Amino acid sequence: MKRESGAGIARRGLLRMGIFVAAVAAVPTKLWATITKPSAAFAATDMDGTFAALGQTPAESAGIIFTTPDIAENGAVVPIKIEVDESLLPGVRRLYVMVEKNPNPMAAMFSMIEGTRPYVETRVKVAQTCNLYAVAETDSGFYMASKETKVTLGGCGG
Amino acid sequence: MNRREFNQMLALGMAAGLTLPGMVSRSQAAYDIPRVGNVHLLHMTDAHAQLLPLYYREPDVNIGLHAARNRPPHLVGDALLAAYGISPKTRESHAFTYLDFVAAAQEYGQVGGFAHLATLVKRLKANRPGALLLDGGDLWQGSATSLWTKGQDMVDASKLLGIDIMTGHWEFTLGTDRVLEIVENDLEGHIEFLAHNVKDFDFGDPIFPGHTMREMNGVPVAIIGQAFPYTPIANPGYLTEGWTFGIQERELQAKVDTVRAQGAQVVVLLSHNGADTDIKLASRVTGLDAILGGHTHDAIPKALEIKNPQGVTLVTNAGSNGKFMGVLDFDVRDGKIKDWSYQLLPVFADMLPADPDMAQLIADIRAPYEQQLSEVLATTEGLLYRRGNFNGSFDQLICNALMDEMGADLALSPGFRWGTTLLPGDSITMEDLMSQVAITYPAVTLTDMRGDFLKVVLEDVADNLFNPDPYYQQGGDMVRVGGLDYSIAPMADAGNRINTMALAGQEIDPSRTYKVAGWASVQQVEGEPVWDVVARWLRSKKTIDALTVNQPKIQGIADNAGLAL
Repeated sequence: MKRESGAGIARRGLLRMGIFVAAVAAVPTKLWATITKPSAAFAATDMDGTFAALGQTPAESAGIIFTTPDIAENGAVVPIKIEVDESLLPGVRRLYVMVEKNPNPMAAMFSMIEGTRPYVETRVKVAQTCNLYAVAETDSGFYMASKETKVTLGGCGG
Repeated sequence: MNRREFNQMLALGMAAGLTLPGMVSRSQAAYDIPRVGNVHLLHMTDAHAQLLPLYYREPDVNIGLHAARNRPPHLVGDALLAAYGISPKTRESHAFTYLDFVAAAQEYGQVGGFAHLATLVKRLKANRPGALLLDGGDLWQGSATSLWTKGQDMVDASKLLGIDIMTGHWEFTLGTDRVLEIVENDLEGHIEFLAHNVKDFDFGDPIFPGHTMREMNGVPVAIIGQAFPYTPIANPGYLTEGWTFGIQERELQAKVDTVRAQGAQVVVLLSHNGADTDIKLASRVTGLDAILGGHTHDAIPKALEIKNPQGVTLVTNAGSNGKFMGVLDFDVRDGKIKDWSYQLLPVFADMLPADPDMAQLIADIRAPYEQQLSEVLATTEGLLYRRGNFNGSFDQLICNALMDEMGADLALSPGFRWGTTLLPGDSITMEDLMSQVAITYPAVTLTDMRGDFLKVVLEDVADNLFNPDPYYQQGGDMVRVGGLDYSIAPMADAGNRINTMALAGQEIDPSRTYKVAGWASVQQVEGEPVWDVVARWLRSKKTIDALTVNQPKIQGIADNAGLAL
C-alpha cells in the first residue's frame, strides 16, 4: 500500500518535472538545479530511480568527506556526517543522504543557504548491509561519495 | 646488539635453562633482555583475569585471506616456526604453537600468572629506568573471581603489578556505571584509562582521555588509547548504552597530528583493534611509531614493519592470558628514533619465581571463594582447549552439555578467543569452567529457529571473521556448533559462504523449525546462567571422554599457512 502511494507520487513528480522540462528547456543547468523538486527522489525505491529523479547520476568526488560506521552499532540509529571540502567542490546548494537497500533509499536532504559551511550530521536508519551515499548538488552538477555500512546480528566477538 | 642477537640470546638462555644444572639462575637470565635506547614500553594484553599460571594452546586454525593470507598473524604450527626461524621441540616453539601440545605442556609447565608476571615486570623495569607498563585491555574479565568481584580483583592486582596505562574491551561489559566507578575511584592516580574512540552518542563528547603525554629520560612520549571499536556490537549494547565506539581513523589521525605538534617524539597507539585491523590502520594513518595491539590473541614473535605514505609503523600483538610480555625499546636522539628493538617474551612460570606480595594478594582475593573455585565437577580424558577459528574441544563440551540439558536439536556457542586449556587427566573444577564462561550476560536460551535463519546466523558470524576488509571484521572466531555439520567457503561473498548444513546426516530444512540452545545473547534475555547448566551436566558425567569436535568442511582455500590439517 505504502509502496503504491510512493509510486503515485513518483509518477506525479515525473509528470511535473516533464512540464518543467518542456517549459524551461532553455534555462541554464545552474537554474535547473535549484528548481528540481526532490519529492520523486524521496519516493524512488532504488538507487537508479533516485538518481533518475534527481536528473543525474553523480560523479565520485574526493571533495565529499563522508563519515559512516563500518559496522552499525544499531541499524535503527546510524550516525553519519557529511563535510564538503569547498576548495575541491565549491557552490554546494544541497546535500542528500541515501541508503541503498532501504525501501526508499533517499533518507534526507539539506538545503545549504548561501554562505553556510556545507557540513551536516544526522542519524539514518539502515535496514540491512549496503552502501550509504552522500550526494552534493552544486552549481556544476551532482557529486557523491559512498561507503558500506554493515548491519550485523552481533555477538560472538572477542 | 641487534634484534637477531636478542632472539638468539633468548633461545640460548631458554635452552640452557632447560638442559643444564643451575637451571633457575640460567633460565632467569633468559629474561635479562639487554636494554636499547631511552624509551621503554612493556606491553601485555588480554590477560582475561587469569591471576594464576595456566596452559593456553595456540590455534591450529587461524586462516588469513586476501592481504592477510600466509602473513602473520595467520601462520600456525610449522609455518610459524619456519617464518621466524624457531627450532621445533623447544620452549619457544611450545610457546608460539600448538605442536605436540600435551607433551610440551607437561615438559615446560604452566605459563603466566600474576605473581610470576610481577617478578618479570620488576626485573624489566629495574633495567629500564622510566619504563611504562601498558595493558591493552581484556584485563578485568575472564575468571570466576573477576566476575564475582565485578573486576575488583583485577583492578587491585593490576595496580600492584604496576600497570601505568590501559585501554579496554571486556571491561565495558561490567556496565558503564561500574567502569566509571573503577576509573574514578580506583585507577585515579595509578592507572590512566585511555580510549580516544569512546564517545557520548548524542553529543560526541569523549568519555575517557584519549591520550597521555609522558616524558621518559628526556623524551616526550605520547600514548594514545584505542578501545575495541565494536564493543556495542560484539557484546550487548545495553551494557554501554549512551556510548559510541568505532575505529575513528580520521579522529585518530587528528590526535596523532596534535600530539606531534605538541612535541611528542615517540607516538604509540595502545590498541584493542585486533591484528589485521591494526595492520590496515598502520598502512593508512601517518605519524605513529608503533601500534601495540591485542584483542585477537595473536602471539606474533616479532614486530611487523608496516609502510604508510609517510613512513613505517611497527605493529605488534602480544598474545593473551598473561602468557607473553612485549618489550619495545626505542633509541631516540635529537628528536628522532635512531634504533628500536622488540621482543615478545613467553612467560614460563617455573622460570620466574613468584613475587611474594602479589602471591599474597592473590591468596587474599581467592580466600573467600576457595570452596566454590575448587569444586571438582568432572575429570577430562582428552585435551580441552578453545582457541581456533572453529570449534575447540571445550566449546564442544559446552555445546554437548547445552544440548543434553536443554533438550535441543543443536547448540550454538560464541566464538570467544579467551578460555584456558586443560590437559588429559586434569580435573575440571568450577574455576576451570568459569574460565570459559565468566561473562555478565550468561543466560542460556532455547530458541525455535527456522533452518533458513540458522543459515543467516552462520553467514553473519562468518562475515565477521572472513570479510575481506578487516575494518568489517570483529575479531572473534566462528560461532561454535553442537550437533551441526556444515561446510564453509571463507573466500565466498557474504551470504554465500555456508553451503551445506546437516544434523545427524539429515540436511537442514530451511522451512523447518529446530530447537537451538545457546548462551551469551547480546539481547536482554532470561535464562539459567550457563555455568549452572554445564556444571550440572559435568557432575552427572563425572568423566568426560575425549570429544569428537564438530569441525566444518572448509572449502575453496589451498596452501593456507593458517590451516594445519
